Amino acid sequence: MFADYSWSELGSIFAMQGFAGLILFSVFVLMALGLAIIFGQMGVINMAHGEFMILGAYVTWLTSNLFADHLPGLFGGFFFVAMIAAFLAAALLGALVEWLSIRHLYHRPLDTLLATWGLSLLLQQTYRSVFGAREVGVDLPGWMLGSVALTDIVEIPINGLLVMALTTVITIGVYLLMYRSSIGLRTRAVVQNRSMAGAVGIDTGRVDRLTFAIGCGIAGVAGSAFTMIGSTGPTAGQAYIVDTFLIVVFGGTASLLGTIASAFTISQAQSTLEFFLSGSMAKVLTLVTVVLILMIRPQGLFATKLRR
Amino acid sequence: MSRESRSTLPDEPCTDRRRRTLLAGAVALALAASVPVARAQDVNTTGLAVTEDTVTVGILHSVTGTMAISETGSVQAEKLAIEQINAAGGVLGRQIEYIQEDGASDWPTFAEKAKKLLVNDKVAAVFGCWTSASRKAVLPVFEQYNGMLYYPTFYEGLEQSPNVIYTGQEATQQILAGIDWVAETKGAESFYLLGSDYIWPRTSNKIARKHIEKLGLKVVGEDYYPLGHTQFNSVINKIKLKKPDVIYAIVVGGSNVAFYKQLKAAGIDMTREDPLLLTISVTEDEIRGIGGDNIEGAYAAMKYFQSLDNPNNEAFVAAFKERWGDDIVIGDVTQAAYLGPWLWKAAVEKAGSFDIDEVRKASPGIEMDTAPEGYVRIHENHHLWSKLRIGHAQADGQYEVVYETADLMEPDPFPKGYQ
Repeated sequence: MFADYSWSELGSIFAMQGFAGLILFSVFVLMALGLAIIFGQMGVINMAHGEFMILGAYVTWLTSNLFADHLPGLFGGFFFVAMIAAFLAAALLGALVEWLSIRHLYHRPLDTLLATWGLSLLLQQTYRSVFGAREVGVDLPGWMLGSVALTDIVEIPINGLLVMALTTVITIGVYLLMYRSSIGLRTRAVVQNRSMAGAVGIDTGRVDRLTFAIGCGIAGVAGSAFTMIGSTGPTAGQAYIVDTFLIVVFGGTASLLGTIASAFTISQAQSTLEFFLSGSMAKVLTLVTVVLILMIRPQGLFATKLRR
Repeated sequence: MSRESRSTLPDEPCTDRRRRTLLAGAVALALAASVPVARAQDVNTTGLAVTEDTVTVGILHSVTGTMAISETGSVQAEKLAIEQINAAGGVLGRQIEYIQEDGASDWPTFAEKAKKLLVNDKVAAVFGCWTSASRKAVLPVFEQYNGMLYYPTFYEGLEQSPNVIYTGQEATQQILAGIDWVAETKGAESFYLLGSDYIWPRTSNKIARKHIEKLGLKVVGEDYYPLGHTQFNSVINKIKLKKPDVIYAIVVGGSNVAFYKQLKAAGIDMTREDPLLLTISVTEDEIRGIGGDNIEGAYAAMKYFQSLDNPNNEAFVAAFKERWGDDIVIGDVTQAAYLGPWLWKAAVEKAGSFDIDEVRKASPGIEMDTAPEGYVRIHENHHLWSKLRIGHAQADGQYEVVYETADLMEPDPFPKGYQ
């Protein structure tokens, strides 16, 4: 397949393909971070994760319309405002959902699956009723479109660079929050031993709500970022949910590092295979590999050691 | 079907205008004569929901679930057509009433609702379905209970049921002339075929590949991605490596948005036409999600574009906007859905009866010169003779029509040499 090409062309293509893998990696990490907190730390199987992302996407769309109508001069910078708004909207909805439903279900993880699945259907139909069944297109400021041409063939998409930068920032943020702050310390304490954490004076209910809200908020930011690369419609969140769970489970549910390692492995495997095979076959092979590895190592790539 | 045979179609629309005028006159006469006298038992011998002054039909589309995105436009078009027919005096003097059911993007639900419409409601016709999967699900129901379905979507062909009238194009009508055009006008020699992974894109690309190879041109790559896939960077790199003249894209649904955004972000500017992009799956409806900026410069091969410049279409677009709002866009399938009630009305009036068997007998040869796409006619095989047009995507989300076939294309659902 490569016989007709010169070495420099091949080099460029492999560089581009490597970069495509890195973008996919960033997208996967961004998708999975929120769920890694909610599912990994709290054990809640949040089937509505995709819908929280789409909430972020719709908030971004609303913000972009608002800026286009009222503040056209500042349109170039609307995306940063939109991401903050997306975080707040998704976090608030997350807190509300936790208070209404999830907090009653912490001892019944399988029921959280049903409750959040129902929630995802509710949210989908709500989006459909409010925003219409058709997809909406988010207008992006000019500087976020297009690519940086390094050579004739190697062109780096700007939105890919932005997603990578955002992923790095959020990953560091989550790391600091979970492992270097008092909130994180309390969260981990509640996860490890709820009654003991309560006994030493931690308000477990409040910690749960905060953790759930942060996880949902990060999903909202991810959704906001994905308006650059994907579609915004009532059911668009469904496209992400399988990959997201796959990454979190494959990485080992309670480990941030595991999530990142897992996203890296799956994204590189998939983008390499996609280059040599058809897209559907690449997906099948990736899934088969993940299933085989999970059969041998059910706890995932990285597992935190817990005293059971 | 070869290009030669297309140019020698038996009856060409403009050559027999007189006969159509006569026919229209005859229909009008028959109508005027029959309206006051035709009693319900005479025009309806099989127990359909027909009274002295009303007739009931069904509308069966998804208004919830994934497919609601696409099917909403069809529902709007069918309701508009029904309202216009009613305002003009109805069918055989009867006002059309409709019962709308929701297929909910779920194929067994489609079958169940179809059965309900035919068995409980005894509707005289059903306008509905969008995906091939939903059509395949309701097909046995329509054949068992002898109903009549008007199906609006362009689809892969390989089907011909006595109980379905296909108002969209089948695959060869949409594909062959488009590839001829891009080969002749743009001098394209190599093609990269790309699609979502299910029956319509795969069958269509199979036909496209056969045709490309018949023309002595080359297919340099063929790729399929699962429905809902959102990462196309790898295939974009493959396209850059293979340097085809044409990207032939049949990506559907939300994947479209990701595909065109990433194509643009990767520095493939379609306005430079290097490579040129030709699609058969992106209507004006999809562009709303993709964003006009992201697809500007691409070409689409379809039978209808909202920007078509003819009096029928002007009236249709104006009526559609008045009924459903100014910001609405109208795609190929929406227009095809609009034809359904009109073709049914014409067949009923030609037959002088609502009976399904009579309507079926009357359907082949039914002509419609008020169609927004121009003149259409029902073929013996229940598909429509129609033209193919090439649209050039503009930044405002509309297509500019740059080419249309001189003749109507014959529908050929079982194309020899393409299977």
